[in-house]
Amino acid sequence: MNPYLPYPARIERIIVETDDRNIRTYRLSFLYPEHEKKFQFLPGQFAEISVPGRGEVPIGIASSPTEKGYLLFTVNKAGYVTSYLHNMKEGDIIGIRGPLGRPYPWERMEGRNILIVGGGFAFTTLRSSIVYMLENRRKFGKITVVYGARRPGLLLYKKEIFEWEKRSDIDMHITVDATDDPDWKYNVGLVPNIVEEKIKSAENTIALVCGPPVMIRFTRPVLEKIGFSPEDIFLSLEMRMKCGIGMCGRCNIGHKFVCKDGPVFSLAELNELPPEY
Amino acid sequence: MRFVLKDDFLKKLREISKNYKVFVPVKKDYFHLFQELKDDILPDFSFFNTKLSPKSILFPQSERMFEYSLDKDDPDAYILKEAKKDFSPQIIVGIRPCDAHAFQIVKQNFDTPEYKDPWWTKRYSLTTFIGLACNSPRSSCFCLKVGGGPFSEKGLDAIMYDLGEGFLIKDITDKGRDFLDKIGGDEAKKEHLEKAEKLKKEAEEKIKVDLKIEDLLKRPVLSVFESDIWNSVSFPCITCGICTFLCPTCWCFDIQDEVYGKRGDRIRNWDSCMFPIFTLHASGYNPRGEKFRRVRQRFMHKLKYYPERYKKGIQCSGCGRCIMYCPTNMDIRRIINMLAEEKRNESISSLSCKD
Repeated sequence: MNPYLPYPARIERIIVETDDRNIRTYRLSFLYPEHEKKFQFLPGQFAEISVPGRGEVPIGIASSPTEKGYLLFTVNKAGYVTSYLHNMKEGDIIGIRGPLGRPYPWERMEGRNILIVGGGFAFTTLRSSIVYMLENRRKFGKITVVYGARRPGLLLYKKEIFEWEKRSDIDMHITVDATDDPDWKYNVGLVPNIVEEKIKSAENTIALVCGPPVMIRFTRPVLEKIGFSPEDIFLSLEMRMKCGIGMCGRCNIGHKFVCKDGPVFSLAELNELPPEY
Repeated sequence: MRFVLKDDFLKKLREISKNYKVFVPVKKDYFHLFQELKDDILPDFSFFNTKLSPKSILFPQSERMFEYSLDKDDPDAYILKEAKKDFSPQIIVGIRPCDAHAFQIVKQNFDTPEYKDPWWTKRYSLTTFIGLACNSPRSSCFCLKVGGGPFSEKGLDAIMYDLGEGFLIKDITDKGRDFLDKIGGDEAKKEHLEKAEKLKKEAEEKIKVDLKIEDLLKRPVLSVFESDIWNSVSFPCITCGICTFLCPTCWCFDIQDEVYGKRGDRIRNWDSCMFPIFTLHASGYNPRGEKFRRVRQRFMHKLKYYPERYKKGIQCSGCGRCIMYCPTNMDIRRIINMLAEEKRNESISSLSCKD
């Protein structure tokens, strides 16, 4: 098995997620059923999306393992490969290499309350996690989600998050930094502030945090103040990557590789590593 | 152990090269490098060390990984296929013990419990390493201080000792015995062994530098990371990358797609942590954008991260190429000792917050 060889896949659907049209979700299906069988993953893992002629880009898996027959990847238009991807059409052939990296700590999370804190377009593997938990609802305690974007038009998976908001088995706190929409019924405020306002207890709770560096920086002290221990806070990190399997040398933080040992790290683990990320 | 005259050795090597790819040191202009033995190639075993390390024999500077068609009418369009490669058995003859040791270090990266690099590991398994003990280490050499030595057998299948008129050859593994059987020669005599022993002692005495590696290994990673020396140490560096290019233990690579009309290749190329683009995110953010961070990364990787991860000493075989060829005279030995001797309060080294 060559770990660099992508599985061929077809773009089934492209969903424009945000009003600036910069973020799209790609629904992909494997060309060969045996590849789908081999691609066993858990929420928090990522894959290298391979665009022949352009290169590869590491993207978190946004669909849940409980959603069979396809994979979802939500891609922000940012660099050489993703810009090209944004010009591709439904039916085009690309590649998927993975699953890669370490997922959220699902064994440890069973029986615990779960707090999810997400910001902007980093909500992808958190969406996977929420769908996965709602499908396995009895395995988890209380599920609380704080998800924010700069403005309503930049929220991902709008249909789903507003549906979850109405459910009683998940506590959703949707927020935007600012809005001039007079009909906006949800929170207005930065994610760390909403966490501080809404989350009162860290008891028996594990927090999954994924967002832009500035959100993570200001959320950490809030979680610590509420009483979360560094062992119970899990962060998903980003780095420039190529190989995705710990060999090409660029995504290290100290002696750990974000691609192979991460991208999910507990805050306790990160505290032992040089702050170079 | 066999003894073989140099002319006979060369004749046998040429015979062997009909069935194997044989790599030998060759003098080119003002330096040596490893080249495949062909009729028009003259090996030269009277060298200190090759300027370019032999790492490219297992890990080419540029290597085609996959190829694909971009022709919409092709039924296999956009599907990557493994590129054809030559995997014939090969023998590296005359590799210095430091460079053989380096392959053992690089193996930690390419042959892991979780993933195997298919091409490196395949080439490694098909390669026989025939060392040439180092009679005259240079002033930049320090193999003896990093777990190797000028006569070290680490990572070798056989080792040759240059006794002047001929080579004394000792087999170490089965692969080495096969090589020795092909070379032939006479049974080694006591005087040959005594001469080799004397050469070994003389060579080892030439490596005098005092390196405080154990002291450095004991220091906490975060404390070394936060050291005050990085700004001043990195000041002269022009981030040219020659150290990583020549280093036999530097393995970092880049993956790029290249398109030629209606077909394309996925290629991997050597890369270097000395270049800012190495870690540049698509967002523009760069965790190692400043020069001192990149210099720190190179030394931290070799001296702290690698030992921390693999518990097998530092990621350096002491070949001294980076010292010899650095245009601004940076010296890893000096940096090792500066870090080892640095006085810091190690108890407050724990960091809890980014920047």
